[in-house]
Parts: sequence; structure tokens; C-alpha cells
Amino acid sequence: MIFNLRSVMSLMAGDRHADRVVPPTGFTAQLTLFASGAMAFLAVFALALSLASGRLATRWGDELAQTATIRIVAPLDQRAIQTAAALQVLQTTPGVAGARALSDAEQQALLAPWFGQDLPLDSLPVPRLIEITSTQPGFDPTGLRLRLAAEVPGAVLDDHSRWRAPLVAAAQRLRLLGWGAALLILAAVAAMVTLAANAALAANSQVIHVLRLVGATDSYIAQAFVRRFTLRAFVGSAVGVAIGLLAVWLMPSGGDTPGFLTGLGFQGAGWLVPLLLPIISGAVALAATALAADRALRTIS
Amino acid sequence: MIELENVAYSYGGGELLSDISVKLAPGSFHFLTGPSGAGKTTFLKLCYGALLPTAGHVRVFEADVRGLQRDHVAMIRRKIGVVHQDVQFLDHLPVADNIALPLTVSGRHAEVAGPDLGELMSWVGLTARAGALPPELSGGERQRAALARAVIMSPDVVLADEPTGNVDWDMSQRLLQLLVELNRMGKTVLIATHDLSLIRAAKAQVQARVLRISNRRVQLAGADL
Repeated sequence: MIFNLRSVMSLMAGDRHADRVVPPTGFTAQLTLFASGAMAFLAVFALALSLASGRLATRWGDELAQTATIRIVAPLDQRAIQTAAALQVLQTTPGVAGARALSDAEQQALLAPWFGQDLPLDSLPVPRLIEITSTQPGFDPTGLRLRLAAEVPGAVLDDHSRWRAPLVAAAQRLRLLGWGAALLILAAVAAMVTLAANAALAANSQVIHVLRLVGATDSYIAQAFVRRFTLRAFVGSAVGVAIGLLAVWLMPSGGDTPGFLTGLGFQGAGWLVPLLLPIISGAVALAATALAADRALRTIS
Repeated sequence: MIELENVAYSYGGGELLSDISVKLAPGSFHFLTGPSGAGKTTFLKLCYGALLPTAGHVRVFEADVRGLQRDHVAMIRRKIGVVHQDVQFLDHLPVADNIALPLTVSGRHAEVAGPDLGELMSWVGLTARAGALPPELSGGERQRAALARAVIMSPDVVLADEPTGNVDWDMSQRLLQLLVELNRMGKTVLIATHDLSLIRAAKAQVQARVLRISNRRVQLAGADL
């Protein structure tokens, strides 16, 4: 391997004379800049998707994990008695922070989208709902179900786990996909830089021949190419990230209504994560060009 | 300084050079002659580590080139100036920068713009062409620029492969004069050429050994020159 820490440091410091020995190649320079910028732009969105999914998974997990519902399905004359019995059970259940029966008005509001505003709850066998808020460790749902079965036969406990789990899993999978997409984009940057570096090395075989004839070491020759491609990838990526961040910032927000699409973006320190992309792109370009140069210089006699 | 011991070199299934033992002593002046395709260029490339022998040993400054890392070969080349008939330059850089290229690649940036470069340009008669690009130079100017580039690091050895192949008689005499001057400064010089008149002209000025490649072997040429 041509590169070590010392040569990386000297690479960053730069060498005005060394930079001139390789002729400027307009086409590959523009290609590398454009491709790095486009990849960084896409990576910003992949990161935004990943971070938003992560937030969503956490929020869904937290919100739903701390709430549960009991439905009292009983004849009208039994409904109030069983509701009171269920509340009594909940008061003595460890892990339950609070419990309250929804009022008629609240239940009517819940059903209004389907049955209209004038639903006569008193005369219909509509289940009474009890909202439970749990403490952080939560309650034991199995134990509570057993107690309710014994003391409140019409009570059905729904701790939301049935539909919470797939939602949280989907959000977490989306987060992984976002990170995976960002990694794939970086791999594409590496592949693109390798191709461009190989093309540049092949096009400059005469330059390499001359440099070797006058005593240039392989690391010197490689640095002339590596520095160039590293800077191009860094600059292109920085521009792509800037445009990507601007585009994310300009996305319409959902106001007070939380939603996945309107919540797509960065929050707090999350805005700093994309700023790592130019550095990572530069490092990827450095490694890809160094490997390509090492391989090429071994084959060029 | 440069020693070839029982060296053979094969290429494409055939042996181009066989059982060659030659020693280039410090300060000596050698000609290497022979017909086209005899292996003169290959011999020179073996001398500066551009090719490795298929048999035998090549020692350059007492180091066997076969065991050298690529970077060590590069260091050795800084002590050996090479001039090819088909001179190659970095066409995007001016002549002065091309001549200073060995200084640039060895990190001696301060000397790139120093007075020595100006003196060297004057010595080879290229002061007025310092800012020209290599494709703008004539054949003779390219050979002189190549010679200046070969000696700017003050190498111990100068190897020249048909340095007068593309120039007229007057220019070849001028180049020969420059090489003779280098030898008088203590440099070891080896010139590969098939131009016997150049060898005769040189022998009038300097004590030179003439080596001839014939039938894959190197022999010491004698009175017929």
C-alpha cells in the first residue's frame, strides 16, 4: 500500500509543484465534481429519511407503549357497574399511572365521523372505553387480563401491542433502509472515483513514464492523482450537501399536525449529520484513488 | 558503480542478451554499439533498473536491482541521468519546468527556481526557449533539454540512448561535446549508438571504451574503430 499516515498528512498539506506534474483533465474533473455533488444530494435525503424514521419509531413506540384501553362490553344496565369495577381494579394494579373512563361526549366525538353527531349512546350497546396511562416500566398485561376476567367479565384489555409492534418495526426498517441507501451512495462514489482515477491514470501513462524516469517514487506519483480526486470529491460533495440541506429546509412543514412526509427532515443536532458527508466522500475518494493508483502503478512498467 | 554479471535477458520466448558481464567504473566513458535490434536499449534499461535480468545480477551502486523495492529504484534513478532517442517530456509544462522535473519530484523546490537551472539552460543553449512548451522544440533542442534534465541532479552516471539519432552532424557534435564535458567533471558516461563517426570523434577527445553487442553478447571492440 502506497499510503501511510505521514503521506496522508502531506497530501492534505499539498504540494504546489507536485500538483502541476499531472495535466489538468477537464472532463474527468467535471464528471467527478458533478457525480460527487449528485450523490451527496441524494445521501442528504437518505439521511433525512433515516433520521425521520428513527424519530417516528421512537415516538410511536413511546406514545403507544404508555397507553392502553379497556373496552367494557356489557348490557346497558351493567355497563356503569362494570366500568366502576374495572376502574377499581386499575387503581390497585402496579404500573398503572392513571385510568379514566371516557365521557359520553368524548365517545360521541370518536364515533361522529362514522355515525354523525347525534348518536344516542344511552340507548345503544356501545362499549364504554377506559383510557389507561402506564408508568415507565408499565403494567403486566397478562396479570391484568386475568384479574379483569375474574372481576369484570365484560372488560377487554387492548395494550396496543398487536398493532404497535409492526408499526415500530416498519419505522425501524425504514431507518435501516435510509442508512443502507446512504452507504450504497458512498459505495457508488467510491466506484465512480475508481473509474475516473483509472481513466486518468491510463490517459497519463506517458506522464507516469517520464516521472519514473526522473526518479519520482510511486507515492509521489500517486499523490498527484489522489489529492486531485480527493479535493474534487470533497468540493462536489460539499456543494451537493449544501443544496440538499437547503431543499430539506424548504420542504413544507406540517405545523402542529405530526406526519411522516411533513416530518421528513432534520431536527436539532441531526442537521450536523449531513455535514460529515463531504469529509466521508473525500476519505472514500482518497482510499479509492490510492487503491486504483497502487494497482495501476504496479502494472505500468 | 554499475556492474552486470552473467546477465541474460529474455523477451517473448527468445533470449535477447546472454551471459553479459560488464563493469562501468566511476569516471569512465563507454560507447555501446551494435546493429539495430541488437539489444542496446535493453542493456541501458537493465543498467538503470527499468528492466530486471532473467538471469545473472545487475548491481547499481552496489545494490542488486532484483532485490530493490520500487521506491529504491526511484532513488537510484536520481543518481543516474537517462537520455533517450525518443525523448518524452510533460507536454503541458514549459521547458524550464521539464528540465527541473528531477528536482521537483525529489522535493528540492528551492533549487527549481535557483541560479543553477539558469546556468544549465545556458550550458545547453536553451535559455531563450525556457518558456516554450516541449512540442514547440526542434529535435536538437529536445535532445539538449533531455540532456539538461538528465544532469540537473548532478548524477554520478549518464546513460544516453542514441542521443544524436534525430539531429544533424553539427548538433550531434555539440551534444557529444556536452557529454565529454560531463565526463571531465567525473561523471560516468555510457552512450548507446550505431553512429561510428560519433565514436571516432569522441575518441579524439576522451579515452573511451567501446562495447559491441553481437550475437546477444557484449564484446570489447578494438582497432576497427
